[in-house]
Amino acid sequence: MGKKVGMEVSIAAAEAAALCDVDVVAAYPITPQTHIVEHLSELVANGHLDAEFVPVESEHSAMSVCCGSAAAGARTITSTAAQGLALMAEIVFIASAMRLPMVMLVANRALSAPLSIWNDHSDAMMVRDCGWIQVFCENGQDVYDHVFHGFRVGEDPRVLLPVMINLDGFILTHVIEPMEFWTKEMAKSYLPPFKPVYRLHPDKVVSMGAFGMPEIYAEQKMAHDVALRNSRPVIDEAWDELARLTGRRYSAVEHYKTDGAETLILAMGSLCETASLAVDQMRDGGKKVGLVKLRLWRPFPFAEIRQALAGAKDVVVLDRSVSTGGGSAPVTSEIRAVMYHEPSRPKIHCMIAGLGGRDVTPDDVSNMVDMALAGTGAEYYIYGVRG
Amino acid sequence: MIEMRFHGRGGQGAVTSAELVAQAAIDTGKCATAFPSFGPERRGAPVVAFARVADEPIRVRAKVYTPDVVIVLDPSLLDIANPAEGLRDGGTLVINSSKDPQTLRKELGYSGKLAVVDASRIAREVIGLPITNTTMVGALVKATGVVDVAALEGPFQRRFGKIAARNLQAMKRAWEETVVAE
Repeated sequence: MGKKVGMEVSIAAAEAAALCDVDVVAAYPITPQTHIVEHLSELVANGHLDAEFVPVESEHSAMSVCCGSAAAGARTITSTAAQGLALMAEIVFIASAMRLPMVMLVANRALSAPLSIWNDHSDAMMVRDCGWIQVFCENGQDVYDHVFHGFRVGEDPRVLLPVMINLDGFILTHVIEPMEFWTKEMAKSYLPPFKPVYRLHPDKVVSMGAFGMPEIYAEQKMAHDVALRNSRPVIDEAWDELARLTGRRYSAVEHYKTDGAETLILAMGSLCETASLAVDQMRDGGKKVGLVKLRLWRPFPFAEIRQALAGAKDVVVLDRSVSTGGGSAPVTSEIRAVMYHEPSRPKIHCMIAGLGGRDVTPDDVSNMVDMALAGTGAEYYIYGVRG
Repeated sequence: MIEMRFHGRGGQGAVTSAELVAQAAIDTGKCATAFPSFGPERRGAPVVAFARVADEPIRVRAKVYTPDVVIVLDPSLLDIANPAEGLRDGGTLVINSSKDPQTLRKELGYSGKLAVVDASRIAREVIGLPITNTTMVGALVKATGVVDVAALEGPFQRRFGKIAARNLQAMKRAWEETVVAE
């Protein structure tokens, strides 16, 4: 095990990309993603990273450059947040449907309006159906390790899909914390060179992104869906290899004190760490509460979620975005749908918290569990709203 | 776990202070986190930063509401905010001020542990700028022993490069001149 070093998570993420020896960085600065891209730019400018840094004029262009770069067979990374992701959304869907591997770090931030630079998951949920592999990270180490994991999985010839790594804006991006770093040798042994199956090359001409007539469009959509679902064994294999290499074990769904739990909290991202403290408090108080952490958002881990939630009486889902006017917030909707046909299913409560950077403490998590169990009488409940 | 809150003004380096302390703690095998009070940075505006140091991994991702230590980098902030807000019983207030502890106690209506140093003067004399991030780290370490002075050398070198020596000198002088009143 390596020595732990204190570093800002954004800087560590950029360092991971450099160890992955990326060929192309194309990004437009936006808070709270800026430190990631600034550091990548520094590494290129200082000659520490032999890559093409494309200072594009917008996020739409950033993702367009990334598509061209991946199509040419270059290892490609970008990063954005909120309005930036909204502006690039058109091309985000194209990248995955064209099966172009790349890694995008999304420094999760609330969508305007009102203008907010602070964290929630509304940006990620906006592109929920974009057909990328999507993971949510709990801490800095998790982010750092997943940069390597993302390239390995996405570029695998059995997968060929872009990978979105979600890290909570400010709550993770701007925090100095202890992390273990990989060596160049580790990165090399874990991540083989990118060998695209098809690529744009003047000597061997191919067309990419061609017109899809009604006779072929549905087939293409199904092929994309099958490809995303079939990426799962490769995702697991890459986590197994990562565990062998680093001693750190990641899974699609992780458990914290779930043995004998009647009530389960389900969360994604950095909120999991805070929620685990709430579980400790509630367990100390004699309440049978556990935590289920959902790391892999797409492809959705149906089997593990069904298994994880099967024995519970109540599940309190902590959502970090609103599906305005909808049935419940996005994560809860998914969980409810997944459990609907189960012979015994828990009551699934939707608690929305941490919108637009509103702080969530362990006490807040305990309160949400208490409120949910007492019954809010609503399909979903936005916690802590004043007035 | 020791929880700290730093008050400064944009440009004075309150965030840097928090980071240096966290990095020194991590270098010596402890767990630590440091982060700004998330917001747009504006030079001169009040800024808050936080740090936590513990023996076990730190899981809480919320802000610090009940600090063990509050560090005030700019004396003018004492007029517009109550630095002791949320300070735990037995906690420590570390202030950059040219005033003596008795006077500050009266002005603030504060009776707990107090550490005072004229960090602006030391910074001006040693670094040539009234930037008090490194001097106040010296005062914090003197008042609390949260990390060793020696453990700060690595983080200072990494952070400041060519100007690390002057900042270390300023930090050590602040450490010597800090008056701690129980």
